[in-house]
Amino acid sequence: MDEEYDAIVLGTGLKECIISGLLSVKGLKVLHMDRNDYYGGESASLNLKQLWEKFRPGQQPPPSLGASRDYNVDMVPKFMMANGQLVKTLIYTDVTKYLEFKAVDGSYVLNKGKVYKTPVTPNEALASPLMGMIEKFRARGFFSFVEAYDVRDPATHKGLDLRRMTMGELYTYYNLDAQTVDFIGHAIALHRDDKYLGEPALPTVNKIKLYHDSLTRYEGLTSPYIYPRYGLGELPQAFARLSAVYGGTYMLNKADAEVVYDESGAAVGVSSAGETARCKFVVGDASYFPAKTRVAARVVRAVCFLSHPVPNTNNAHSVQIILPQKQIGRHSDMYVFCCSYAHNVAANNKWLAFVSTTVETANPEAELAPGLALLGHIDEKFVTVSDVHAPLDDGSRDKCYISTGYDPTTHFETTVEDVLSLYRRITGEVPDLDSKNPRLAEPPAE
Amino acid sequence: MAADLSAPALAQQQTAKLVLLGEQAAGKSSLVLRYVKGQFFDYQASTVGAAFLTKTIPELNIKFEIWDTAGQERYHSLAPMYYRGAAAAIIVYDITSTDSFNRAKAWVRELQRQGSPNMIMALAGNKADLESARAVATEEAQAYANEAGLFFLETSAKTAANVNELFAEIARKLPKAEAAPRQPQGGIVLDSAPAQAPKKSACCA
Ligand SMILES: Nc1nc2c(ncn2[C@@H]2O[C@H](COP(=O)(O)OP(=O)(O)OP(=O)(O)O)[C@@H](O)[C@H]2O)c(=O)[nH]1
Ligand SMILES: [Mg+2]
Repeated sequence: MDEEYDAIVLGTGLKECIISGLLSVKGLKVLHMDRNDYYGGESASLNLKQLWEKFRPGQQPPPSLGASRDYNVDMVPKFMMANGQLVKTLIYTDVTKYLEFKAVDGSYVLNKGKVYKTPVTPNEALASPLMGMIEKFRARGFFSFVEAYDVRDPATHKGLDLRRMTMGELYTYYNLDAQTVDFIGHAIALHRDDKYLGEPALPTVNKIKLYHDSLTRYEGLTSPYIYPRYGLGELPQAFARLSAVYGGTYMLNKADAEVVYDESGAAVGVSSAGETARCKFVVGDASYFPAKTRVAARVVRAVCFLSHPVPNTNNAHSVQIILPQKQIGRHSDMYVFCCSYAHNVAANNKWLAFVSTTVETANPEAELAPGLALLGHIDEKFVTVSDVHAPLDDGSRDKCYISTGYDPTTHFETTVEDVLSLYRRITGEVPDLDSKNPRLAEPPAE
Repeated sequence: MAADLSAPALAQQQTAKLVLLGEQAAGKSSLVLRYVKGQFFDYQASTVGAAFLTKTIPELNIKFEIWDTAGQERYHSLAPMYYRGAAAAIIVYDITSTDSFNRAKAWVRELQRQGSPNMIMALAGNKADLESARAVATEEAQAYANEAGLFFLETSAKTAANVNELFAEIARKLPKAEAAPRQPQGGIVLDSAPAQAPKKSACCA
């Protein structure tokens, strides 16, 4: 281990593994370590044994759940937008070849206590029982405008300047009522609160377009989301493999790994078992940098084992339900995710449902009640509260590039944004994810 | 190699994931390179770059997706994703090294514990051309393979001896019925085909 590297990456969570992969492909010499003996850190997927060990030490999972190895339970449940940044990153790095994905069946939204399919296209708006007749036509007009809108083509702008106009003003322009605004803002644009109403409309219009483009990205999608077989834990492993293929060195099970600093407080290496590997900078998750982060938010999550699909979702094997803040009398939205044996994350005829939200009270578990109420009978339930850490510094001074914890958003857009921000701070470059990485011009197979 | 030209209709083609395991420098990458490209290098760099190759066997209508460890096994850091869903594994040792043979046995145990129960396992005693430096007797390895239920061959990536035979025998052993369940039902292939947005023109050199 007494060697010299360009970068040492600590923790094998998804963000760290993507960064590690990008840096190795760029030609940097990378050492990647984790204190655990498995990949994924906070974003690992656990089997039953690991789950019980972690949350109910000394107890055994009930045999009725089936074999431990059939389970891959995400610790940070999220879905991938089919046309989102993570998919683009996977294509950019060619990591897709290590993974298999399947569509998520449905995307739903809670309205007045009932669960509805989320309408996004003009036609779906017309068919949705969520809105009255007149409102449907207004919504159709709004969706047609958004669908056609192209920043570079003024002919599609209808004289509206979306950089100036606020989103609230755009809704008013289309005369949309509060209920419609609620599901568009929260279930389609995926905002977590209503701050966006007073901000320029363009970013939100782009979010709605992302949802729509994701829905039409691959044939036969019935939601904008996809999800890997065997769970999200496959993602960090796949990017770690990319890093290794490009020369990255992997060491797991380094329980005592610790950053070494020079007199000026800049990171110069990492020590473990009496040896020190030197490097130009360190990247990692907050847990490896005590006193260099602050708690930005707290998230409460419940993992529930079900023997049936989530009620009122057309027997979906995988589904997302968004509970907009106003519908449940809160400041932040609540999310329900569900997947099943169809994605190889649970034993036959078992479903895993997750309920998560940002903590607002002193009794986080009780806050989950409206989400849990949608699930029907729950066989087993685990509740965790975790702090989302954010770095205090940008890394330029102390050579510590620290990733932000996983927020409660339903998808990976903010995850990739954080990775790209780290990459830019480290290298001064921004990869163009719409292309294929030119350094990956691999010799063709066969 | 002309194999790809004669590849038959893809509809019926069976894709089989094949992984290689074994101690560093046992010759994993060299075996793959010999088999897929017909090449051998005396100074094969420790695996970097191409650790994922494919090869089609037209006669059997099988496409191998061959995974090489990318060095992650070096510090016992191989990801379970590596052998997840693998139809076959080749465990490689170097006949001139007893250590590498012991390591191969450890891999066999690991796979029997973690891998899919119907995975086909082959044991390859590589560098068979180095007879004068042999440290592991053929009989000993054969006896072990019989006991553990493995298919065994001594190979040489250098002379190509038994290399094609090794892969061909694995292809023959693949249960045909496996073809259907291995297909991801409803799977999506992520590609870079543009959704509907017009392609951005490349601006800079
Ligand atoms: N004589 C002889 N040398 C071989 C044979 N196969 C591989 N070698 C040599 O052994 C060395 C290691 O071979 P690799 O193919 O890189 O071994 P590996 O198992 O892929 O090693 P790692 O990627 O480092 O784990 C290279 O110098 C090869 O040229 C063989 O059959 N005979
Ligand atoms: Mg190799």
